[in-house]
Amino acid sequence: MKKTITFTLNGEKRTVDVEPAEILLDVLRDKLGTKGPKYGCGRGDCGTCTVLLDGKSVRSCLMLAVEVDGRKVETVEGLSRGKPSPLQEAFIAHSSFQCGFCAPGILMTATELLRKNPRPTRGDVQEAISGNLCRCTGYEPIIKAVLSVTKKKNKK
Amino acid sequence: MALIQDFDYVKPARLSEALAVKAEFGSRAVFLAGGTDLINNLDDEVVDPEMVIDLKGISDLARVNLSGGRFFIGALTTFSDLLASATVKRRYPALWEAAGEVASISVRNRATVVGNLCSCVPCLDSAPPLMIYEALVAISGASGKRTIPLNEFVLGPRRTALADDEVVVGVVIPELPAKRGESFVKLKRYRGEDLAQASVAVMAHGANRFRISFGSVNPAPIRAAKIEKILNGKALTPQRLAAAVRLVKEEVAPLTDVRAGKEYRLHMCEVMLRRALEAAVSRLKGKGPAYGTHLI
Repeated sequence: MKKTITFTLNGEKRTVDVEPAEILLDVLRDKLGTKGPKYGCGRGDCGTCTVLLDGKSVRSCLMLAVEVDGRKVETVEGLSRGKPSPLQEAFIAHSSFQCGFCAPGILMTATELLRKNPRPTRGDVQEAISGNLCRCTGYEPIIKAVLSVTKKKNKK
Repeated sequence: MALIQDFDYVKPARLSEALAVKAEFGSRAVFLAGGTDLINNLDDEVVDPEMVIDLKGISDLARVNLSGGRFFIGALTTFSDLLASATVKRRYPALWEAAGEVASISVRNRATVVGNLCSCVPCLDSAPPLMIYEALVAISGASGKRTIPLNEFVLGPRRTALADDEVVVGVVIPELPAKRGESFVKLKRYRGEDLAQASVAVMAHGANRFRISFGSVNPAPIRAAKIEKILNGKALTPQRLAAAVRLVKEEVAPLTDVRAGKEYRLHMCEVMLRRALEAAVSRLKGKGPAYGTHLI
């Protein structure tokens, strides 16, 4: 039986009809046109579908869409308003992507980390992104990019 | 991708409503908390429910409560909640260590301790620490409430003592010896997110008293009674430690699967028990590695 859900997606109220068996990731991508979160493993292992739910990172492939009724969802589209966010700029500057498939998930995971802990250690960054698989860059430029944003913040 | 099942979904605000729906549908209804196992089981078509009952509207189940030395962990408590809890870190360090070893942050933000126990896969991370605490499982059903020891709740791979009309409302850690040293060691293929190949939790307390539990190397997590028996009441000398390690092969029965061979798992159980015992004894004396340090 279809359910009507209303939730905040990247700051905008969205209302959509979903079947209870519909996965959040599919609804975000196919019904709402939010193509940032990607379908990777579909089992919660790879992290490329990561979105923030009320500020906490979650796997959108492991959630029913009905579960976000009344809640706040952020995807990578919500990070850049007209121009890339400082974190995204840092990823570009450090060539942190090659194919870019892991990027939407890693950016959301790193965003959660930096909001909770603006001065993370290298170990904190490694732990935060340990659930996001990147097969191109070997993680090093990703870690450097995240740490570079914290250094800029600390100088201010 | 999209699930092929066609089920209905309810999110009751009260436990009594959830139980009424469960009583009506029986095995054709499943409970949803974090969903990190359930969605995979739906995707694999291991479960094919007509009704999914979301427990997240029931605020009573989100409760964590320390009272009279007993610690209640409500069914909606996630591993991230445990990790962030100063009470858990201070009073239940082995459970705190295990919470930090579960998958990755975005899974821990959703996955619940009770869900981990109800999924009851052999490699569940929360069970070894809860086994050394002799935790109890609080169950509510159509016909009333009951509380059973965790070792009577976990029956085998994906098998628990829960009846079709029942729900687990929480886990209770009973009052424990005040002064304890603990340790939890989880063997993974690498230092990232992975299921356990083997795990062990150890508690040292009082005058050379020990509690030991292995996970992932038996159909369900176990207490290592034979090893505890030869250790209890005697100082942990190198000889006694060696004798304990020799008994590991009598306690565990690991399998070979895609993640590790049985010989490797057995060998590593021996190494892990040695390190976990040494760390727990040192921590009991106020020394030893800080909680959260990887012992392997």
